[in-house]
Amino acid sequence: MNLIVPEKLAPRRRRALLPRAWRSPLAVAGTVVALGWIVVAVLAPWIAPHDPLAQDLPRLAPPSADAIMGTDGTGRDVFSRLVYGAQTTIPLALMLVVCAMIIGTVVGALAGYLGGWVDEVLMRVTDMVMAFPTVILAMVIAASLGPSILNAVIAGIIVAWPPYARITRSLVLGLRTQNYVIAGRLLGSSPLRSLLRDVLPNIAGPVLVLASLDIGTAILLLSGLSFLGLGAQPPTAEWGTMIASAVQNTSAWWLGLFPGLAILTVVMAFNFIGDSLRDVLDPLAAREREAESPTAVSAAAAEVAP
Amino acid sequence: MSTAVRGRGAQHTLLRFLARRAVTSIILLFGIVLVTFSLTVIVPGDPVRAALGEGASSNPATVAAFREKYGLDQPVWIRFFRYVGNLLHGDLGTSMTTGRPISADLAKAVPATAEIALYAVIVSFAVAVVLGTLAAYRRGKVTDEVIRVVTLVGLSVPTFWMAILTYQLFFMQLHWVSGSGRISPTLTPPPTVTGFYTIDYMLNGDSVGFFDAVGHLALPVLVLSLFTIATLTRFVRTSVLEVLDMDYARAARAKGLSGRRVVVGYVLRGAALPILTLVGIAFGSLLSGTVLVEAVFAWPGLGTYAYNASKNLDLLAVTGVGLIVGVIYLVINLVVDVLYGVLDPRVRLS
Amino acid sequence: MSALSINDLRVELGKDKSHRTEVVKGISLELVPGRIHGLAGESGSGKSMTALAVLGLLPAGGIVRGSIVLRGETELVGLKPKAYRAIRGNRIAMVFQDPSASLHPQITVGAQIIDGMRAHLRLNRADARRRAAELLALVRVPDAEAALTKYPHQFSGGQRQRIAIAIALACDPDVLLADEPTTALDVTVQAGILHLLRDLAVERDLAILLVTHDLGVMSAVADDVSVMRHGRIVESGPRRRIFTDPRHPYTQELLAAMPDARESLVDASPVTTTTDSEERG
Repeated sequence: MNLIVPEKLAPRRRRALLPRAWRSPLAVAGTVVALGWIVVAVLAPWIAPHDPLAQDLPRLAPPSADAIMGTDGTGRDVFSRLVYGAQTTIPLALMLVVCAMIIGTVVGALAGYLGGWVDEVLMRVTDMVMAFPTVILAMVIAASLGPSILNAVIAGIIVAWPPYARITRSLVLGLRTQNYVIAGRLLGSSPLRSLLRDVLPNIAGPVLVLASLDIGTAILLLSGLSFLGLGAQPPTAEWGTMIASAVQNTSAWWLGLFPGLAILTVVMAFNFIGDSLRDVLDPLAAREREAESPTAVSAAAAEVAP
Repeated sequence: MSTAVRGRGAQHTLLRFLARRAVTSIILLFGIVLVTFSLTVIVPGDPVRAALGEGASSNPATVAAFREKYGLDQPVWIRFFRYVGNLLHGDLGTSMTTGRPISADLAKAVPATAEIALYAVIVSFAVAVVLGTLAAYRRGKVTDEVIRVVTLVGLSVPTFWMAILTYQLFFMQLHWVSGSGRISPTLTPPPTVTGFYTIDYMLNGDSVGFFDAVGHLALPVLVLSLFTIATLTRFVRTSVLEVLDMDYARAARAKGLSGRRVVVGYVLRGAALPILTLVGIAFGSLLSGTVLVEAVFAWPGLGTYAYNASKNLDLLAVTGVGLIVGVIYLVINLVVDVLYGVLDPRVRLS
Repeated sequence: MSALSINDLRVELGKDKSHRTEVVKGISLELVPGRIHGLAGESGSGKSMTALAVLGLLPAGGIVRGSIVLRGETELVGLKPKAYRAIRGNRIAMVFQDPSASLHPQITVGAQIIDGMRAHLRLNRADARRRAAELLALVRVPDAEAALTKYPHQFSGGQRQRIAIAIALACDPDVLLADEPTTALDVTVQAGILHLLRDLAVERDLAILLVTHDLGVMSAVADDVSVMRHGRIVESGPRRRIFTDPRHPYTQELLAAMPDARESLVDASPVTTTTDSEERG
């Protein structure tokens, strides 16, 4: 039997919107930097001049021709460790966000779609997890699981999924009553098919925005936990642990500066991308950015400080 | 703005509201205790091994004695009820790491963190309101874009890195502020009234101590504020923009009021409530950042305590921390709700 | 003697150089004390922009050209901001469409009236209060004294608009601009507001510009009517003539679309005598 679900009834986000995001110089810069770092992470073994674990250089040496970012307390090349650090952190952060996104959207979709006590229970759990300060919760989980980078990622996933659940649920609730969804169901689509065809494409936007902004947060969380000793363990090259070593050796400025800059630039890049994506994909934010409707009060602005 | 015509007569509605909230809060508190306790139970690690170390835990006698001392040999529900019972007496148990009553530990740790958090919130709020309003009024122009980039950068800076950098710069290089800890080693802490060193020194009339405490507070507050300012500014901007679109802002201008009067008396007043709710959430992110900042500045606060407790799997201490954090959240939400009622007559008089 | 004289007014809007549009393309009209001048037109005709232009409250990037003269003395186009501020709320006041939006929800009614007063008049607190209560009584808000300490949401829609009118009258202006004052209100309440406006015009020698898309409203209280379309005035003249003998096809279209019941209101108000103006644009 043929199921004719009217295509016209389902408004899909047009792909044409995506290129618009890249008109902003910030987005372009962010994409370039982010891609750059991903390249670095992938090509680490070829870019790094030294073995990140080899302790054969003079200790605590300031930046020089041999080691352009100096060496650390056990004679390792900071630059090489920095480059390998990208390989440690970035893929794990991406994985963290993807997992959190999947878990969160599933929970949220279930809650929104099924409603009733399922919704109640799932949302209570979501609220409880969300209410706790993220770092403290992650810290407790990571500590109790045992300090390792993987456990830090798990802790991060547990802490990160609630916002996705929240946003997915409210989107699904809103969409459930849309005509084209109801029409689809009336024409015989199963709940699963309805979910996939009509609901999911329209959830994608805000969820992706959240995810892109979350990558930066994930990187900060992972490096933060590593800094505390609850994430990556020595001798793994990781930016957070590298900065931790800078706490004791305060005169060796190169120990802390470069890893910190690395974190800063990567997170900034993803935040720029996420922010520009938000302008394009999130209608609420976009509406305020377009000052299309004339408001007489913008003139008030001109008067307050000419 | 004329204050002669302020509305009255809603006091007892406020009290009733407070009473209702108190009841819900107690129920929520119980929930928090339950949850935090459960978390510690399902922890896969072995707290005994963590506390005693590898060597001692290979001796069964030591292990047994330890378990008995801290009640770890009892079934879970008995432990829970014993815990709740003790709670009602104000006893949070004894910490496995410090050996002291947890309530005593927390009584010292919480004010230390609260002091940073309080000043950070005040600073962040003030700066964010100014920047956010400015960005809203200059929407689309260079100032707005600059502020937007600045906030994005502020959101991207790793707190612990910032802490170290500022420490190296302002303390070690420039000697503008004091070193780590709450006060210099040469001074004695003030007699405890609030637990806030700044206030307690002031109450004691000790100006040397006061300025020393301020000097030590400067960096942690600065670092902690950075992230909060970044998030708050964006939100203030959105709130102000929404208000600017409202007719009452336009109508205020039509009355011939000066720009400043319109901004403060009408626009900010309208945006105050949404911003206020965010301050409550900002506290949450502040508490998170606290952990990292305290580690760098050797601050004996809640973050450090939680960190040590986590690392050593000091379950009772962790539960205590969870409890305290939950209580803080409840109190803040309560205060925000009350302020909501105070500031918005529509809520108050319904 | 005209209270407000608008001559060849042009309003250009646009945020940046490439997107500029002229929304008002050279209109002229006179406001006379004691008379209500209705400015009719569909949305997008430029009528609201005209009112905003008079008060100098155009959105950022808006430019006004032409002439707006207040009481034969002051040219408003090109007036310095400080001087303009002295006129707003003082000599020229405005009432907006939705009183639920134009009144600040968190400030007492009394304070919102006194606000404007204190900005322009030298009054101590007690006098300001008294005057505010008088104004509320004038616009027929019951229990004026008690109303001062109440908040806007405690009043009905019609009462809120009366309060907005009271705020507008706080400094005894010469000109009142009313932008769709009844559109957001129930039909049953509209008549009350319109009659209030008419009474105020007559009693206080107030010149009122009544901007509306609703010809029924126009027929109820306007003395003179100008019909706007695409930024131009297509027809102008005394109310009676416009309604009984419309000359421009657009005016005829608008009238044809109007429910018949309203036409009976045309005869309810006294006949006025002004010269007809020719088609402009």
